[in-house]
Amino acid sequence: MKSLEELKAIRDKMKGSVILREENGDNIRVVVGMATCGIAAGARPVLAAFTEEVAKRHLTNVTVTQTGCIGICQYEPVVEVFEANGTKTTYIKMTPDKVARIVTDHLVNGNAVKEYTIGNL
Amino acid sequence: MQELSLNVLDIVQNSIRAGASLITISIQERTADHFMEISISDNGCGMSEEQVASVMDPFFTTRTTRKVGLGVPLFRMSAEGTGGTFSIRSKLGEGTTTTATYVTNHLDMLPLGDMNATMISLISVNPQLDFVYHHQVDDREFQLDTRELRAVLEDVPLSTPDVLLFIKEMIAENTAQLYGKS
Repeated sequence: MKSLEELKAIRDKMKGSVILREENGDNIRVVVGMATCGIAAGARPVLAAFTEEVAKRHLTNVTVTQTGCIGICQYEPVVEVFEANGTKTTYIKMTPDKVARIVTDHLVNGNAVKEYTIGNL
Repeated sequence: MQELSLNVLDIVQNSIRAGASLITISIQERTADHFMEISISDNGCGMSEEQVASVMDPFFTTRTTRKVGLGVPLFRMSAEGTGGTFSIRSKLGEGTTTTATYVTNHLDMLPLGDMNATMISLISVNPQLDFVYHHQVDDREFQLDTRELRAVLEDVPLSTPDVLLFIKEMIAENTAQLYGKS
């Protein structure tokens, strides 16, 4: 059974790396639409896939977060990627299996996956 | 929605937009009575009586009352469709409690689904908020309170991957126990 002792060990392990994240300025924000439309269309597993993939690759400069309805409900689940230079990329009809490629190509290597974007309609 | 845990995720978004800092999600099951109750309560800005009445109606919604829409009507339908009940108690400046009850052996009863995934989603993207997740099945119960975890974690955020994994495993273990699977 999980105990708070185990959580203390995690805390002590993480203390050093928290500072690392704060000092890293080159941030990317991954924003998942989590309104009724997004959730009904499958945003929850997409969000989970981003959180897990970003954690697995130790991308300390990436923040995965949520927003409400952005008004294109027919294309949900929608994910927006905001880069430090102001670029915004909108991915539509997202599924968990598209996530790994976006993380590798876009978040790590800086090349948006055009075929998943709204511009590719 | 394919499962009730998605309705919960959706309704909690209303609490978040209402500026809540503490959101309590409580699930109570009485198996012999074929009864389940889901309640979501928050300390957000609350609603007036008129607002409460309007959120029940999917077609009354306007852009200015943006915190509502189909979320509440869908949640209501999920409960009333089984012969259960639905209510919203709210007070301006104090918060809102949304409660749905279910007749669990009804043909139209949806599965509760993956509450663990709902809780992890909520905590991972709202590490600044506090959540209490309480789940009771007959005489067994389990409660997760992020305020207790936060006290242990000090300045390490709840959204830290290792912490989320810990919470996920904690919920999984305790949920299995609730249903007598361990």
